[in-house]
Amino acid sequence: MTAMDKAEADRLLAALLAGKLPDAQGRFGPYGGRYIPETLVPAFDRLEAAVKEILPSKPFRDELGAELRDWVGRPTALSPMRNLGRRWGAELWFKREDLAHTGAHKINNALGQALIARRMGAKRVVAETGAGQHGVATAAACARVGLPCTVYMGEVDMARQAPNVGRMRLMGATVVPVTSGERTLRAAIDEAFRDWVADPQNTFYCLGSALGPHPYPYLVRELQAVIGREARAQMLERAGGLPDILVACVGGGSNAIGLFHAFLGDASVKIYGVEAGGRGPGLGDNAARMAGGRPGVLHGTYSLLLQDAEGQVQETHSVSAGLDYSGVGPEHVLLRDIGRAEYLSALDQDALDCVRECSTYEGVLPALESAHALWGARELARRHPGTRILVGLSGRGDKDMPTLQSTLLAQQEVRS
Amino acid sequence: MSRTPAQKLADALRAVRRERVAVVAFLTAGFPTRERFRDELLAVAAEADVVEIGVPFTDPMADGVTIQRSSEVALAQGVNLSWILDTLKSLPPLKAQLVFMGYFNPMLAYGLPRLAQDAAEAGICGFIVPDLPIEESAEFEQALGAHGVAMIRMVTPVTPPARLEQLCRTAQGFVYAVSMTGTTGRSVGGDAGVPQETLDYLDRVRQLAGVPVCAGFGIRGPAQVAALAPHVDGVVVGSALIEAMEKGESTVELLRRLRG
Repeated sequence: MTAMDKAEADRLLAALLAGKLPDAQGRFGPYGGRYIPETLVPAFDRLEAAVKEILPSKPFRDELGAELRDWVGRPTALSPMRNLGRRWGAELWFKREDLAHTGAHKINNALGQALIARRMGAKRVVAETGAGQHGVATAAACARVGLPCTVYMGEVDMARQAPNVGRMRLMGATVVPVTSGERTLRAAIDEAFRDWVADPQNTFYCLGSALGPHPYPYLVRELQAVIGREARAQMLERAGGLPDILVACVGGGSNAIGLFHAFLGDASVKIYGVEAGGRGPGLGDNAARMAGGRPGVLHGTYSLLLQDAEGQVQETHSVSAGLDYSGVGPEHVLLRDIGRAEYLSALDQDALDCVRECSTYEGVLPALESAHALWGARELARRHPGTRILVGLSGRGDKDMPTLQSTLLAQQEVRS
Repeated sequence: MSRTPAQKLADALRAVRRERVAVVAFLTAGFPTRERFRDELLAVAAEADVVEIGVPFTDPMADGVTIQRSSEVALAQGVNLSWILDTLKSLPPLKAQLVFMGYFNPMLAYGLPRLAQDAAEAGICGFIVPDLPIEESAEFEQALGAHGVAMIRMVTPVTPPARLEQLCRTAQGFVYAVSMTGTTGRSVGGDAGVPQETLDYLDRVRQLAGVPVCAGFGIRGPAQVAALAPHVDGVVVGSALIEAMEKGESTVELLRRLRG
């Protein structure tokens, strides 16, 4: 991959810290941009102008802040995890996004975008969802804000995540099964874009992760950055100092970028993202874009992509639906290139082991996605004993019960 | 001085326009099979004035289900740019002009300068890349320009006036005027005929463009072609052709019927 010289890396980090990235072209260094059909150009121009105007405005900040407090339940807790910390040989803290309304960090973004959609005068909201967490968050936010909501979801995912389909429908959303392609998240994103292309004037597309065409990677980061702002202040107050190590799971990368952002300027804090290592290193067996991806364009952004030699996008595999995507948010690739963050990958079984360990010793059932970050923390504690580690616990694992029944619990029954 | 492929394309459309509206036919490369694509291309290139060859991609976000389905079929047979270019080079000279339509990532993976050169050698006059707006297209346009190959601009009914002017002013080969918002494969105007506002928009595009204008998206029958004909230089037929192939109907007859 690109070996960037130190002067260029320092320049880009300084630009990032000064709030100058993404640049006017929507780029984080070489990554990002806006690769969209001509029909969507005016809609993206409108969105970009609205984001620039609304996001920093006081009425919006006040409204969002109040809703985050009263409806989402922020600030979320910072928990010392003494039992796991003792086992792993580290001072361990969790930022508890699992305690946010609807069970994951996704609500921070969905609520923010729904409020922006209402201020822009949108008549309806569309969204894509894989595991259903972003779909549930968008359905909830639209119910709260009073906008009709259509969620595109692959047929395969609808079968795997039936309870989330029911939750969305109860909250008034229309869930449209996607039968094209592999009938999972990628096809659902394609379909949500197609819906938007059909009526770009009245539709607001609530995109669920820190990827897609500019300004989404920026918008989603800004809406998720509340995680890191809270966590940093809580660490200073509760732990008496910054963490040595920060670790979060990376699918599209929204919870991770949200946690990392406030810490980027703290040179003493080492930052790690953990991707899905799936069944192993073979193409199609994982979603480890940082390890096996090459730069390319998917869903409107230039980033690392799991693809074959001909530029066809590859299917991915992970036990965790939320990490199971061929691309990764462009800002993460920049953070890696400039050496500000490092990316590891956890195997399916590593993640499952951490679900069990965290549940057993701390009474917290983490989402399978978040369990990848837990494996990262365990591994980093092994490499750097005695350090202070902050984990972004992005969501709770209740949604994973069907998967856990057929994996961890089945293994347990065999043993007992 | 010899004409560039881009100029050849524009001139061919202008020459046809003196007689009738030009027909641009879309075929997904390698669909329904590699062999039959070759035969279809030979037959269609004898009827149509331009053939738009679709380079399949896994995530065609501007296309409807028909073209998406045909892309999946082609990909399942291992169709890629190298095979398409080799096939084109092996064909006898065709009457119709050829352009590529495809998403950016497979082109990027092939290598832009190499693709521009190989495509020019295979007789490709222009590229339509639906996910490459003008803000992102400079590098590819430079590569194509070295061989005189056109980057064909798309414009839409929702394109604001200043942008429409910019896109038309810098167009090469022809301007691809998308006839409606949405993806390919639906029907422009439905049963009600082509709306007046669409015709007005096409007239505007034609006034601004220094090259011929072809309308595409949702053109399925002779009535639509007849309604559009006074306002454009050519019409693009895509999903309707693919559907005919899926049903085992003759694409040549469909093209003759559309041309009237």
